[in-house]
Amino acid sequence: MTAAQSAGPAAEGGAPGQDLAGRWPRVSAVLWRRPWARASLLLTPALAWFVLIYLAALVVLLITAFWRINPFTSNIEQVWGLNNFTLIFQTPAYRAIVLRTVGMAAGVTIVDAIIALPFAYYMARIASRRTRTFLYVAILLPLWASYLAKVYAWLLIFTHDGLLNWSLGKVGIGPVSLIYSNPAVFIVFCYVWLPFMVVPIYAALERIPPSQIEASQDLGARTWRTTRLVILPLILPGIVAGSIFTFSLTLGDFITPILIGGSGSNFMGNVIEQSVGIANNVPFAAAMAMIPIAIMAIYLLLARAAGAFRSL
Amino acid sequence: MMPGMGTFSRAARSALVVAAAGLLAAACGGSGGSAAPPASGGGGTSASGGGAPQVPTANLPVLQKIGQGEGTLNLIAWEGYLEPLWVKPFEQQSGCQVHATYAGTSDQMVTLMKNGGNGQYDMVSSSGDADLRIIYAGDAHPVNMSLIPETKDFFPAFQAPAFNTVGGVHYGVSLQWGPNVLMYSKKAFTSAPTSWSVLYDPKYKGQVTVPDNPIQIADAALYLKTHDPSLKITDPYELTQPQFQASVKLLTDQRPLIKKYWGLASQEISEFKNGDATLGAGWPYQVSALTDAKFPIGSVVPSEGATGWADSWMLAAKAPHPNCAYMWMRYISQPKVQAQQAVNYGETPDNKLACPYMNKIQAGSCALYHANAPQSYFDSISLWKTPVATCDNGQQDCVPYSEWQQAWTTQVTG
Repeated sequence: MTAAQSAGPAAEGGAPGQDLAGRWPRVSAVLWRRPWARASLLLTPALAWFVLIYLAALVVLLITAFWRINPFTSNIEQVWGLNNFTLIFQTPAYRAIVLRTVGMAAGVTIVDAIIALPFAYYMARIASRRTRTFLYVAILLPLWASYLAKVYAWLLIFTHDGLLNWSLGKVGIGPVSLIYSNPAVFIVFCYVWLPFMVVPIYAALERIPPSQIEASQDLGARTWRTTRLVILPLILPGIVAGSIFTFSLTLGDFITPILIGGSGSNFMGNVIEQSVGIANNVPFAAAMAMIPIAIMAIYLLLARAAGAFRSL
Repeated sequence: MMPGMGTFSRAARSALVVAAAGLLAAACGGSGGSAAPPASGGGGTSASGGGAPQVPTANLPVLQKIGQGEGTLNLIAWEGYLEPLWVKPFEQQSGCQVHATYAGTSDQMVTLMKNGGNGQYDMVSSSGDADLRIIYAGDAHPVNMSLIPETKDFFPAFQAPAFNTVGGVHYGVSLQWGPNVLMYSKKAFTSAPTSWSVLYDPKYKGQVTVPDNPIQIADAALYLKTHDPSLKITDPYELTQPQFQASVKLLTDQRPLIKKYWGLASQEISEFKNGDATLGAGWPYQVSALTDAKFPIGSVVPSEGATGWADSWMLAAKAPHPNCAYMWMRYISQPKVQAQQAVNYGETPDNKLACPYMNKIQAGSCALYHANAPQSYFDSISLWKTPVATCDNGQQDCVPYSEWQQAWTTQVTG
């Protein structure tokens, strides 16, 4: 019954393959008999990673936000206080940056949802199997390309002598000056985060049994009523899942504003990047980083109140 | 500093400021600011100012003779400062294998040099903003310049500059430097602008591009030094509150004219190439890249002068391979090697004999990078140094770098 006993005859048998074959069933049998051992074996690596690396780093970051740096040596001083937060809320420029970032994230989320809904609906319920596969690949393919390559592609489209102005010139419309402005940043955000909205909505739509929609129609509900009362509530978790992606990704991004943005394109991500990279002021960056965390927490609470997680 | 191809290194450098300032302030504070003035070491203007902070490593014995190489040399460098073109021949000549660690920011360099390089690193190619931090922290080792005769051919300003020489003690050899020039598209300007005033002229709204870097406040201060004498600005890196506020105000008013505050050299290049900007502040690197691309770009150091940067190879206090380090200092100071690096990066070499070698590598590059320019050209450049609270006159009323950074994000670019 012990490993030693089982190893004995296997070793006499000679072939190493038999040795393994003789041992593995025992291990699995032990694990089968002890569910706690099975659970801890499967979960320990992931949980250790999550708790030690991710949560611990997050907690350290949050604590740092209440410290400050010595203005002369730029060393961190472990003096507790709220001055980083008061600085953010009392400086008009930082308030404007927070509002600008939240507005941008909300705008991108709404526009992505409006674009993604009909697209995902077509994919899930109308398109043939072949078209669906094609559309699915078309949506996912850009995700495999480098984020930077996509943003630079937009740069080439938007520049003064770029593709957009060239095309507009062909149809006789004067050149537009879109590059290095917040509308340009908005368009690029909508583009790069769109797949994160389409995929969850598509998955939610696909799960609705056709019989449910037929039942709604049998009971006399027209298209709009069916959409509003049957489809929308069923895909709400998908929309919320997608909006969490688009909203939080926009809240944290700083590369698109650097590359596409202009003279008024500082977002929260840029302030964090500058605070760490240029000013070496980690406590202030940590305080700034807590704002998107707080905003996302509020957002998730609102989503829960709206019933988005009831099916989880 | 490499003209950051695709890195944020320049911005990082600006971070520089913080460092140097901090040290000085801390050191001054510790000594009560009453210490005797330091024996002034050679040429350049003193960045250390009034309180004479002490360098902990100043009295360490220096190497008297370069002996047998240790076979290894561990260097911290800006990316692109250790190209095979000039590192390979050094390795063959000296038998010292070069191991490079690349740093992206001045702060990172200062961190890697902590504890004298930890007995691991031999040298760092840091910039004027970081050098004093490293020196005053006791992380740099005195250098015996008589073992590096190549530096006798350096321009006088780089023989014993204040950013790497304190109290007559050298802590490294000067390397290369460069100005921040006024760039203009020849499509839009038939003749070169003669003043930085074009960057503040509403006529060019939406066509101007300047670095996204708090040290730009010094550029505004340099402009005001000439154009508003009532402010009595003498040094663009030492500003009192009223001088600082006036400089920031100038930049705040400039913001509507700005197409983009650029962070990467490549961004400014594409802005000009694509017609999004016709005027801007940049480095000779962008000028040469645009010239190579056949773009009609012009550049000038206007009548007010310009700001600039200067790098040095600093010796670590606990350098494990001092003989190889001295061989490297000798090698990198040679005119030919200086020319290779200068042309490769678009910088100005410190060795005045580098000019013909530069032209051999790329015709006209000597003039392009001002390697043959007269002293008056150098005098027109205010090299970067960390703004610190202690002014040169010993008063504590200068605005430190942390406030520069804050004003840049909250009042200028916001």
